[in-house]
Amino acid sequence: MQGIGKKYKRGQYAGYLTLRDSLMGLFKRPQTDNPLSKKEFWALQDISFEVKEGEVIGIIGSNGAGKSTLLKILTGITEPTAGTALIKGRVGSLLEVGTGFHPELTGRENIYLNGAILGMPRSEIRRKFDQIVDFAGVEQFIDTPVKRFSSGMQVRLAFAVAAHLEPEILLIDEVLAVGDAAFQKKSLAKMEEVTQKQGRTILFVSHNMEAIQNLCETCVWLDNGQVKMIGQTKQVIEAYLKSSVINQAVKKFSAKQNKEAQINKITVKNATGQVTTVLDFACPFSIEIEYELAKDIPQFFLMLKIGHESVREKYVLIGLSNDNNYPNPTKKGKYKAVVIIPPFLNTGRYNFFVALTTHMIPYLDSSESISITLNQLSSSPYPMIHRNPESQVLIPLKWNITQPF
Amino acid sequence: MNPQVRIIKPKKGIVGIDFKELINFRELLYFFTWRDLKVRYKQTLIGGTWAILQPLLTMVIFTVFFGQIAKMPSDNIPYPIFSYSGLLLWLYFTNALTSAAGSIIGDERLISKVYFPRLLVPTSATLRCFVDYGLAALILGALMIYYKFLLTPAILLLPVILILTWLLATGLGYLLAALNVKYRDIRYAVPFFVQLLIYVTPVIYPLSLATGKYHWLLSLNPMTGLVEAHRAAILGHQAINFPLLGLAALTTIILFVVGITYFKSVERYFADII
Repeated sequence: MQGIGKKYKRGQYAGYLTLRDSLMGLFKRPQTDNPLSKKEFWALQDISFEVKEGEVIGIIGSNGAGKSTLLKILTGITEPTAGTALIKGRVGSLLEVGTGFHPELTGRENIYLNGAILGMPRSEIRRKFDQIVDFAGVEQFIDTPVKRFSSGMQVRLAFAVAAHLEPEILLIDEVLAVGDAAFQKKSLAKMEEVTQKQGRTILFVSHNMEAIQNLCETCVWLDNGQVKMIGQTKQVIEAYLKSSVINQAVKKFSAKQNKEAQINKITVKNATGQVTTVLDFACPFSIEIEYELAKDIPQFFLMLKIGHESVREKYVLIGLSNDNNYPNPTKKGKYKAVVIIPPFLNTGRYNFFVALTTHMIPYLDSSESISITLNQLSSSPYPMIHRNPESQVLIPLKWNITQPF
Repeated sequence: MNPQVRIIKPKKGIVGIDFKELINFRELLYFFTWRDLKVRYKQTLIGGTWAILQPLLTMVIFTVFFGQIAKMPSDNIPYPIFSYSGLLLWLYFTNALTSAAGSIIGDERLISKVYFPRLLVPTSATLRCFVDYGLAALILGALMIYYKFLLTPAILLLPVILILTWLLATGLGYLLAALNVKYRDIRYAVPFFVQLLIYVTPVIYPLSLATGKYHWLLSLNPMTGLVEAHRAAILGHQAINFPLLGLAALTTIILFVVGITYFKSVERYFADII
């Protein structure tokens, strides 16, 4: 860990408060005396920005960019090495749900405990108790120790407690990445309600670009501990996606020992052949897989799985290279497979991975998951399909409406 | 609405204690204590009986080996009640100290994810142990009835003695809990040293047994004055040794200040290194 310095200032003028965050210094590793020691690095450096009262600000950046560190400093969990932050108002945080849960205690007891940890007075918890239980949907289990809860239930309960916090400033780290799709939607709706109705100041860290886009007007992009860009959410996200994703578009895999088959390289290209993982949802794109068979493998084929980023272990699509009697070589040699994905997915972030396999488990080789982003890009040469945001798959259906009677 | 303003910046040197913040978080102190008590008794078969069994069985063994076999003197009172009255406070002290020392790393996830005054964690550990003390004290009451001891006005001093013992366990607990974050050796060292400490505290034997330089050395241990005063305050079998108690109070306060100061000066790194 290293550091950030930052400054917060918030004044009260003409009915609105200003929260200014201005980061001037660095953090150094606390245990060492030499500020330039090689083990040190700045998790955050010279971060300055201001947040106005009632503003919802998104914080994006790749892993390790310092987003969580920033929130930790603002909540007081850790201390900056330099800089100051001035915060007016009660700060509540939602950093990783369920942290304060104790497995031996019942749901009811944990609601009180977790509420207290998050800074809610007992009277307030008592008042909101039913709402919390209702939101989490765990009525029947409220007097059961949470260790018997499914992980989904624990997460829902934890989120429910946290979502009913009413601090003036709320710091949220990645909470929406939990639960099933239905619960995520509910959480998102709750966040929208919280931000809009109650005029609360929110700092929202997430990898979920859609959530950021829906919730935040302003967005800060952190890169390597520094503010890379700050501005309108839409523009910041676009710039972020462009930069972050290009280096993902070509994945090379180092040679492994004793593999009968192995993937060497995976490339994602858009409809015009550019290498990128920011794609237009309305255009086809292609995935090129270069691989090698070290010997003849009868029944060899490739498998491609595509799933939405928020859903684990279920896929929108699983495709096999031996479908439809395509030629599917099984002899020793180096190959390149190109698979074209037609436009059928809605906008969003998806992960895919490729496996080399026979019908046996485990796979001969498989890639780690590679993330792609489907956006609505105006440059699309293809006619727009009607896009309902709630539909994950977009396929024109054939309708036949008659009047037979 | 009167928003509170909080300034976050690097702190240097000795950090003061934010009493206002501690008061704001007093409910959390209550919840931590309540949580640990609940959890402790939830999955145990005989629950609170453990708090009684530990001193009771120890007393029985001490009585057989030290009282009967070794014929240990006991200030002219029956050995069972002599040793039990000492054990009662001694076990409070050691249990409180051991739980406080392990408390911060025991709540590791919480420390690294949520902000609250870190002092609450060891504080709730030492407060919680008073419940065990209270349960175990019931046996002392029974022993007093059996041996026909009457309470004397000296009992009024008991709260002072308990507060001092609490301060001692808590102050040392702060110190060890903070050290424990950095050096996990503490976890193994504490139970061992606590075991040894009983031999330099007049629990098994009366202080009157030690003479000369040993008397003086034993007096340096604050638990010596506290255990002796605790016994005298409850049983009234001898006058309270005020100079000894005063010395214990002084040592206790010094250790408490050292403990809390060290804790406050390193707590800002807890989340980083835990």
